Amino acid sequence: MPDTIPADSVGIVTPATLHFDEPLQLECGRTLAEYDIVYETYGALNANASNAVLICHALSGHHHAAGYHSANDKRPGWWDNCIGPGKPIDTNRFFVVSLNNIGGCHGSTGPGSINPATSQPWGPDFPMVTVKDWVNSQAKLADRLGIEKWAAVIGGSLGGMQALQWAIDYPDRLSHAAVIASAPKLSAQNIAFNEVARQSIITDPNFHGGRYYLHDTYPRQGLILARMVGHITYLSEDAMRAKFGRDLQSGRFHFGFDVEFQVESYLRHQGETFSRNFDANTYLLMTKALDYFDPAREFDNSFELALAQTKCRFLVVSFTTDWRFAPQRSEEIVNGLVTVGRDVSYAEIDTDKGHDGFLIDIPEYLKLFSAYMHRVAVEIEGEAPNAAS
Amino acid sequence: MLRPDLEIIRTWIPDNSRVLDLGCGGGSLLENLRDTKNCHGYGLEINQDNLAECFQRGVNVIEQDIDEGLGNINDKRFDYVVMTQALQAVHRPDLVLSEMLRVGKEAIITFPNFGHWRVRGYLFFKGKMPVSRSLPHQWYDTPNIHLCTVKDFETHCAKSGFKILQRMVVDREHENSTLTRLLPNLFGEIALYRVTR
Repeated sequence: MPDTIPADSVGIVTPATLHFDEPLQLECGRTLAEYDIVYETYGALNANASNAVLICHALSGHHHAAGYHSANDKRPGWWDNCIGPGKPIDTNRFFVVSLNNIGGCHGSTGPGSINPATSQPWGPDFPMVTVKDWVNSQAKLADRLGIEKWAAVIGGSLGGMQALQWAIDYPDRLSHAAVIASAPKLSAQNIAFNEVARQSIITDPNFHGGRYYLHDTYPRQGLILARMVGHITYLSEDAMRAKFGRDLQSGRFHFGFDVEFQVESYLRHQGETFSRNFDANTYLLMTKALDYFDPAREFDNSFELALAQTKCRFLVVSFTTDWRFAPQRSEEIVNGLVTVGRDVSYAEIDTDKGHDGFLIDIPEYLKLFSAYMHRVAVEIEGEAPNAAS
Repeated sequence: MLRPDLEIIRTWIPDNSRVLDLGCGGGSLLENLRDTKNCHGYGLEINQDNLAECFQRGVNVIEQDIDEGLGNINDKRFDYVVMTQALQAVHRPDLVLSEMLRVGKEAIITFPNFGHWRVRGYLFFKGKMPVSRSLPHQWYDTPNIHLCTVKDFETHCAKSGFKILQRMVVDREHENSTLTRLLPNLFGEIALYRVTR
């Protein structure tokens, strides 16, 4: 943590856990008899509970979106640049809820949790969870927190897919959906990259069919490779060129296979850091949730029919150099919404940051995001002028 | 307060219309149509400051360059497609007009009339590309690459089979005088048209 907590930080935050006893019916046909959801909140819920905003995390995200857990934290939560007093998601105005999805590895029930039926870690027996399942579990969380209707459900990438699914499945339970750097479904290329990541984990000798917990090990090499290939897709070619070019670590060729180019060193470092902090089974589940996401399937493969279920207003944002979920993918969402006559605004942010752009301080992005959220807040405050006090 | 030309357009659009505003700026027309006439609409815009202003107004705005076409919008999706003071700045005004009448039942267009006597006088007497309050740019940096006159526009409509349903040619103060009515191409500074196919 910095020496003093910045004025625009939510400060020290403490995660909370809720236990759910009622079974959750999953899309795969199985049920989760009971589960925990770990979450954090920032800001204060107003008297009529109309200022709540839900943050949905992406592939490797979790509940810790803003602030610091302790004075020893080196870095704040993953979306701290967008959540806090005076920031786009202004905690002076909104009550922000950020959770770790089930199947995750940061406290909510997932493959690393103990399966009550066997008293062993779930491992590969953990049921396959989908975006729809997550949204259902998030709705249960909203019930418990006393939130009938979200002012906004917000997410980037896989998180944006959850926001979209919310709008389709619970049209009366949100006023706005912000779908950032996302897509209506994955392309064959997207799935292909995910499959490379999964195969690198599954074929690691330390994977042990997903029961590595029992062998006191984990598929480190597989996770590193998975993250390396993933990371390439998060950056743009321009950003890589600008950041690394063909720079060599020692300034000369060694004619060997050790790390020589800066980009190699960076990717290995990213992979290694990730492998220490993320569960391999969760990574497999999350990538499958991405692959399965296709809200049109329930509606005769008509994306427009799926969007016709929605009632909320939409903000859609893309980033020019994002090639994982390119601007065209966001435009599919926008065009669909225009066709069915829903309220939608769309911005394409000019940046070299690629898919990672949604996490980065890009002034134009933060300005537009702030402007949109300002309007969301004004609408709430207009409806209930005394509720915020 | 709505800009005078937008106020005229507002009176042309009936209640409950579906409106597309090309180059919608800060979204004041769409906001006004929403609040006073229960219209539903979208603006297209490329300027980030304008997008932010639309966001704050709660006006639907989509970042899209008109010069790249309207191919993403279905036929006759809108009742009115509006484009104010932008016809002269697009790469192909003819294609834009035809797209406007594909996605909308009617199009409302406004542009600065290059046939106005002051413009003609500037070129005639000074021998230089006209610079005025409504056309403040120099020839080399102007965004107005396809300026036209009232006569040019009406000739194009006739040739393309577009019907002019309503025309108003006004002076700088957006007043409609006897002169602008009698000799619009000479005395009109801003031309407003409502056309259909």
